[in-house]
Amino acid sequence: MSAPLLEVSGLTMRFGGLVAVDTLDLTADRGRITAVIGPNGAGKTTVFNCLTGFYRPTAGRLLLRHPGKGEVELQALPGYAVARYGVVRTFQNIRLFPRMTVLENLLVAQHTELMRKSAFSIAGLLGLKGWRDAQATALDRARFWIERLDLTRVADEEAGNLSYGVQRRVEIARAMNTNPLLLCLDEPAAGLNPRETAALGELLQGIRAEFGIGILLIEHDMSLVMGISDRIHVVDHGKKIAEGTPAEIRADERVIKAYLGEPDEAEVPPEVAQDMPELEGPRA
Amino acid sequence: MDAGAQLGLFLQHLINGVTLGAIYGLIAIGYTMVYGIIRMINFAHGEIYMVGAFVGVTGFSLMALMGITAVPLALLLVLVMAIGFTAAYGWAVERVAYRPLRASGRLAPLISAIGMSIFLQNYVMLTQGARPKPLQPVITGGFTIWEGPNMALSITWIQAFIILLTVALMAGFTLLIAKTPLGRAQRACEQDRTMAALLGINVDRTISLTFVMGASLAAVAGVLVTMYYGVIDFYIGFLAGLKAFTAAVLGGIGSLPGAMLGGLLIGLIEAFFTGYVSGAYKDVAAFSILILVLVLRPTGLLGRPDIEKV
Repeated sequence: MSAPLLEVSGLTMRFGGLVAVDTLDLTADRGRITAVIGPNGAGKTTVFNCLTGFYRPTAGRLLLRHPGKGEVELQALPGYAVARYGVVRTFQNIRLFPRMTVLENLLVAQHTELMRKSAFSIAGLLGLKGWRDAQATALDRARFWIERLDLTRVADEEAGNLSYGVQRRVEIARAMNTNPLLLCLDEPAAGLNPRETAALGELLQGIRAEFGIGILLIEHDMSLVMGISDRIHVVDHGKKIAEGTPAEIRADERVIKAYLGEPDEAEVPPEVAQDMPELEGPRA
Repeated sequence: MDAGAQLGLFLQHLINGVTLGAIYGLIAIGYTMVYGIIRMINFAHGEIYMVGAFVGVTGFSLMALMGITAVPLALLLVLVMAIGFTAAYGWAVERVAYRPLRASGRLAPLISAIGMSIFLQNYVMLTQGARPKPLQPVITGGFTIWEGPNMALSITWIQAFIILLTVALMAGFTLLIAKTPLGRAQRACEQDRTMAALLGINVDRTISLTFVMGASLAAVAGVLVTMYYGVIDFYIGFLAGLKAFTAAVLGGIGSLPGAMLGGLLIGLIEAFFTGYVSGAYKDVAAFSILILVLVLRPTGLLGRPDIEKV
């Protein structure tokens, strides 16, 4: 196996006295789905925020190996440049541009390239040929993803008017329109029903196989995580407590403790135990 | 007065109103776009327009000095010059007075804008003098559309030029916002700046370009007004800015068609009030309409209700 696409080493993020992420190491590879799981407040989203230039990490390195542009340290880039190196994310609470159509949302994701090809939109206004070609390419790509994610019917509707499940798909389509190397998904199954979740799993596996990109997945839905992940990192209180394949994680004592608490301190209340059967295995 | 003359007079006020409205509309676009993208009223925008007018006067003198007498060429060169200079001012104002305050509350940049406005007025007064600057008419004449026994309906070439140029600019601008990557980026920044950055949009540069675009249109308005009235001074930005701001609010601040419509309405109200009631109270009429609209429709005529940010 070649060197990993993303290599996070010693990542620490402190907010005043609170250590949200504590010397975390993490890798993600191309063509693989890497899941980051952990209880609420474990620091998973903070990792994403550091990756995508939202936060400046207190310490640590986020090394990305870009096949065309060489090695780059993400923490040193301004926020907008992270996407230009092929790292893109989605949000737990979806963030589409609500008053743009689905198609426009996907075109915004191709902004960098279109802006360059249109010479700051001047060529766009004049309707020059080079620009028209670039625009046609961009539209083709957007339409490809619209079809792929079954959004054809809503392509010209304002994103803000769509239902939750559809908005999720638009968000993934938009992320894919940036032509990413590493797709970071923050709880993509949140709010989806089991059928939609299963479809999402298939979609992510398809993307991984077809485009060979790396997928970094934060998720609470264990059926999804266990079903599609190649590797799982378990984080608790900002620290990694376990790493391995789904089978290894399922059997790991520390993971079960992190989720359910110490079993000898108190009996696991039945409603908590009911939340956990997904740990036993993938549903699909 | 017979009915024909009445109609003629009405149409004459209409032409004057549309001309005035075109100029207000051009300035109002700058207010509304800046508000849309950073939720701030750029109170220095009127001064940017005033700077444009001064560059226009200087430009025309320069053309005369250089012996460029062909009107279309001189006009084109002056417009390009005014846009260039004024856009640089717009860019610099954002860079110096607003960007450092981006992370602070909404009040700080507002105060900074008022300061910038006072600074620019005094700066132009000191460097250009406090006296009104006259300009020889550049485009003269016109044509009579209709002539009756008691009155004539006419449109001057300069009025026609103002209206046509404004319509062309607004059409181009609407296209830019709707269809080009830059326009899309601006709308994206308007709706969710963080997400726009995460998709690779350079938000700071997009905001800068918004200021540059607003200033360019204000520069055109400045040159046109100079040609229309033939005299300017360092203080013209205040009232024109206030009126254009009123136009933007009237149409619905943040809305591009709203700014155009608002500008047109303010121009028409002023022209008709001047014609039928009293020229001395035309400002009262314009601002009264504004108050009325805001009471009945707080988001302006074409504005959307402000959506809660999540």
